[in-house]
Amino acid sequence: MTQLALVIDLNVCVGCQACVTSCKEWNTAGAAGPMGDQNPYGADPTGTFFNRVQTFEVGEFPNTETVHFPKSCLHCEEPPCVPVCPTGASYKRKEDGIVLVDYDKCIGCKYCSWACPYGARELDEQQQVMKKCTLCVDRIYDMTMVEADRKPACVKACPTSARLYGDIHDPESAVSIAIRESGGYALMPEWGTHPANHYLPRRKTHIKIHEDELERADNPLKVDRQLPKPAMSEPTLDDVTTW
Amino acid sequence: MHPAFSVIFLTTLIGAAQGLFLALFTAQSYAAFKLLPQPDAHAFYGQGSLLALLLLAAGLGASFFHLGHPERAWRAASQWRTSWLSREVIVLPAFMGVVFLYGLAHWLNWHPVLLTLPGGLPVDPTAILGVAGTLLAFALFVSTAMIYACLKFLAEWHSPLTVANYILLGGASGFSLAAAFATQTAPELVGFLAGWAVIITLLGLVSRLASLFRNARLKPKSTLRTAIGVKHPKIVQKTQGFMGGSFNTREFFHGQTVAVLRAVKWGFLLGVFLLPLPLLLRGMEGGAMLLAAAFAIQYLGLLAERWFFFAQANHPQNLYYQSIA
Repeated sequence: MTQLALVIDLNVCVGCQACVTSCKEWNTAGAAGPMGDQNPYGADPTGTFFNRVQTFEVGEFPNTETVHFPKSCLHCEEPPCVPVCPTGASYKRKEDGIVLVDYDKCIGCKYCSWACPYGARELDEQQQVMKKCTLCVDRIYDMTMVEADRKPACVKACPTSARLYGDIHDPESAVSIAIRESGGYALMPEWGTHPANHYLPRRKTHIKIHEDELERADNPLKVDRQLPKPAMSEPTLDDVTTW
Repeated sequence: MHPAFSVIFLTTLIGAAQGLFLALFTAQSYAAFKLLPQPDAHAFYGQGSLLALLLLAAGLGASFFHLGHPERAWRAASQWRTSWLSREVIVLPAFMGVVFLYGLAHWLNWHPVLLTLPGGLPVDPTAILGVAGTLLAFALFVSTAMIYACLKFLAEWHSPLTVANYILLGGASGFSLAAAFATQTAPELVGFLAGWAVIITLLGLVSRLASLFRNARLKPKSTLRTAIGVKHPKIVQKTQGFMGGSFNTREFFHGQTVAVLRAVKWGFLLGVFLLPLPLLLRGMEGGAMLLAAAFAIQYLGLLAERWFFFAQANHPQNLYYQSIA
């Protein structure tokens, strides 16, 4: 059994919104599109997005940390949005665990959005059907692309590689190793939804550099046993050589 | 949650229709056992069924305004194995069909004796249709209520009290309507129907107060800590990621002040329970205007009650949408 998912490293995310725009760009033009915008240049713009980056402040000034938090459909292993759908438009694929909406069957009753505790689903005002992250299902299986491009658009766009993508049921995949070894966790575990997407926590990063380490690294002269360096008053080559 | 008027009208209209049908068949059952005088079947049961059918049709019509693609609504009957919404979509037309046949049989005075019960009671088609309609009316109450009660993270709804409220409040409004209707078509039943309306309204008051009491003491399971997985007591959202609105900011917030919410709560407690009760009691002697006023006030109260029911539910996704920038 395959369960494709994203693993998002909160320690690395800088909140640049590149994944938000690349997601919108790919998906409004891709098979899932268009993702309509209403009143885009007016006073009160709105539109459909599959992915958002939010920002939280943790702690009390001055000891605060800024956490940038990308949020999209988590492709739950027990998706509460699927069984409530009255038409069967909402479904979870057996072969790769992606939760999708069949836009031709959706009646736009919004019930699945009520049944998602994460707010991952949005009704497209233009098409009047429910939409959500497809994990770029139209990219990842596109054999006309080179293999390196067969990844979700958000993963490709992330400049800091905060977004990992792979099969979390394969214990040797990069995402499984990241979850296992870097403390990956799921959102709102209290509801038993078993989200496939995981998050890696922020970590304290300390660098200890001693002076001798700097010298060893930065002073190759020492390798030639030429230390100490000649002082300014020492004769130079010009002083000791007759041309 | 943002209360949608399509769903408010759907649930209140079909609730009153179900209650009205249950009132009609309750009266018929009592009359069959000679506990009540036999009313004019054509006028009371026939026209009463027509009235119930009109309310059901109006509710069904209102529900289409909730859909983005009403032309595909037929697809909603397919997932009855897992979805309470799908079950409602099946049971509602089935109930309408039975109410239609029940009313038609009475309208045409079609009462052939199909079989005789041990006590010598004759069973005609209207009795069988009435039992089927009663079962479907309860199935519809349960389906409608379970659409909300089955969503476990909407704690305000996830309770057996939700089902009890839908049954009792729908029943109360239906019996009030039946009492008002009987003043025109079956005056001998007015006291009986108004009496039951009082009893069901009182039971509804108990169960609705119980749910208000329960909901006021709920402690949300999800917090910002579990929402973003950071174990720190102090987390503040600085931005939700966009400045314009989105589906998430429209669908899940009622956008009213606490004062409005409190006013609606007291409004529906007055409208559904406290004002109709004395009117129903006074109307038991047959005051047509009193009973009509009782039903009208109770129905308006139920619109407020349903609005409050939706507005009070606090969706955990709201944790992610607390600050624009």
